[in-house]
Amino acid sequence: MESRRDVFQAIADPTRRAILMLLAAQALTPGAIAENFDSSRQTISKHIQILTECELVKPRQDGREIFYYINAKQMSEVANFIEPFRKLWDDRFNKLESIMKNYKSKK
Amino acid sequence: MELKTKIHAEDNQQQLIITREFELPLALLFQAYADAEIVEQWMGTKVLKLENKNHGSFRFETTDPKGNKHYFNGTYHAYVPDTRIVRTFEIENAPFGVQLEYLEFESLTPDTSKLTMQIIYRSADLRDQMLKLPFAQGMNMAHNRLQEIVRKLN
Repeated sequence: MESRRDVFQAIADPTRRAILMLLAAQALTPGAIAENFDSSRQTISKHIQILTECELVKPRQDGREIFYYINAKQMSEVANFIEPFRKLWDDRFNKLESIMKNYKSKK
Repeated sequence: MELKTKIHAEDNQQQLIITREFELPLALLFQAYADAEIVEQWMGTKVLKLENKNHGSFRFETTDPKGNKHYFNGTYHAYVPDTRIVRTFEIENAPFGVQLEYLEFESLTPDTSKLTMQIIYRSADLRDQMLKLPFAQGMNMAHNRLQEIVRKLN
């Protein structure tokens, strides 16, 4: 359970989610990742470190450069991610329902 | 607590189906999709454009907690009030490509209705990425929700 909690915490941060989205398209060096953000290089490195620690991304040495890529194995272990996805839609629809119920009573 | 929303996603398929029954008459359910002000409230997004007609388009903007803006857009291929919406949906500047969405609105009783949303992605892999990054859509509102989920897990 420890690592699962870490994974949730890792993706709780919008910058880390954005990094995962970038890496979903292609492996990138820390520098290339940082170019996509206004935050400092150090801040982005910290985010990459957290993603690496919970094994959502992995480093790969390529010549003198280190590329980070999405760790498909860890991502597939997170198959229960469908639950947060479902929860997101459920929250949205609950909100829709309560707004429209109010709307109805106002009319 | 049982969630009212169901998601059907089979392995290696490039689609998923979301269903939900509402304690709302059909017309009110559909209106939640048609009225820009209402969409803003429940999607947690700013509606920049919402053209409710065949071949009309829409564009949303959300701002995440750090102030970054994210844009989403799509086009209506079919817009049949109280019945059906067929539309594309795309997160701008993201590697997920365009998804095709079929939304079917049905009346169950005079006071209840059902939405069936079929989402088709470009590939099964892309679908899985979207599932695994559930918060890509509507980042700012999802952020708060996720905090709640994380808190419950802790």
